[in-house]
Amino acid sequence: MRLPNFLKRKSSREVAKDRLKILLISDRVNCSPEVMEMIKQDIARVISHYMMIDTDNMEIQISKSGTKGRGNKNPSLYANVPILDLHKIT
Amino acid sequence: MSEVIVITSGKGGVGKTTTTANVGTGLAASGKKVVLIDTDIGLRNLDVVMGLENRIVYNLVDVVEGKCRIKQALIRDKRYAGLYLLPSAQTRDKSAVNESQMKKLIEQLRDQFDYILLDCPAGIEQGFKNAIAGADRALVVTTPEVSAIRDADRIIGLLEANSFEQIDLVINRMRYDMVRRGDMMTVEDVVDILSVGLIGVVPDDENVVIATNQGEPLVGNHTLAGKAYKNICMRILGQEIPYLDLEQTISFWTRVTGIFHKSQEGRV
Repeated sequence: MRLPNFLKRKSSREVAKDRLKILLISDRVNCSPEVMEMIKQDIARVISHYMMIDTDNMEIQISKSGTKGRGNKNPSLYANVPILDLHKIT
Repeated sequence: MSEVIVITSGKGGVGKTTTTANVGTGLAASGKKVVLIDTDIGLRNLDVVMGLENRIVYNLVDVVEGKCRIKQALIRDKRYAGLYLLPSAQTRDKSAVNESQMKKLIEQLRDQFDYILLDCPAGIEQGFKNAIAGADRALVVTTPEVSAIRDADRIIGLLEANSFEQIDLVINRMRYDMVRRGDMMTVEDVVDILSVGLIGVVPDDENVVIATNQGEPLVGNHTLAGKAYKNICMRILGQEIPYLDLEQTISFWTRVTGIFHKSQEGRV
């Protein structure tokens, strides 16, 4: 019973880890998912002026910069924007 | 010089009181003078875990309000001469004490004890603020579950905002059988997510329930949890203690079937 599940599904450990990583980003910056979505849409709108991008698959996240501990480091905003065509404008 | 350690978690029921009782007892067993302060006013529990519930006369609120001297409220442990408990009040609420009163109380205890351990209530309200007010360092207790880790992260953020420089993580109720089949986050996963130093991993062990039933901390005995708590104590005392290999406790059959899963080293 476990084997087919094992093949087609992520383990619950992976699910938990992925959910937590996303959850804690918004918890730490005190930034709601709605605000994150608004930032994402604004970034997409600006970049769309210059090139055609895949807005459905774009990701943004706020994470701590550097790898050494947490604390005093300022967080950074990472945006992963897949480009569909560098020269065409949507 | 004494060290004041707050044991906190955010979420309730993850093992703060059990950790306080066992770490305190373990430090006392190493010859240190230790006082355990139950700061959970209204929901007193450390006394029953320590098996000292029948000896309470005065409590934390009585001391703060000047109804008795500190010495009158301190309960001497049955097992170790250097171990004392300052119980919380059961019939009052968190607002009965404030942060400056806690700081003052701790300052008065510092010259008499090597370690002062504060058992923090769940939550992030007044009780939490009181518990962390006079502390030098913190042990954050969590379990490998999403809710406990989320709350631990919030607590770590609040401790950092309160200028805590030493925050150590205790991962409680680890189940290596579940880790092996991919149904529980690993020690590395939790440490990676929370980005704080690890000071101990306590396996899920039914002996903890048995010990609590009997009011006898199990630190230092032959059980896995007892060994894990002992290791935490040694690390607090500044010793480099390697994480115990738990593979020895895994049966031959699990070993054979375990080949098909990603192998996971058990650690205490």
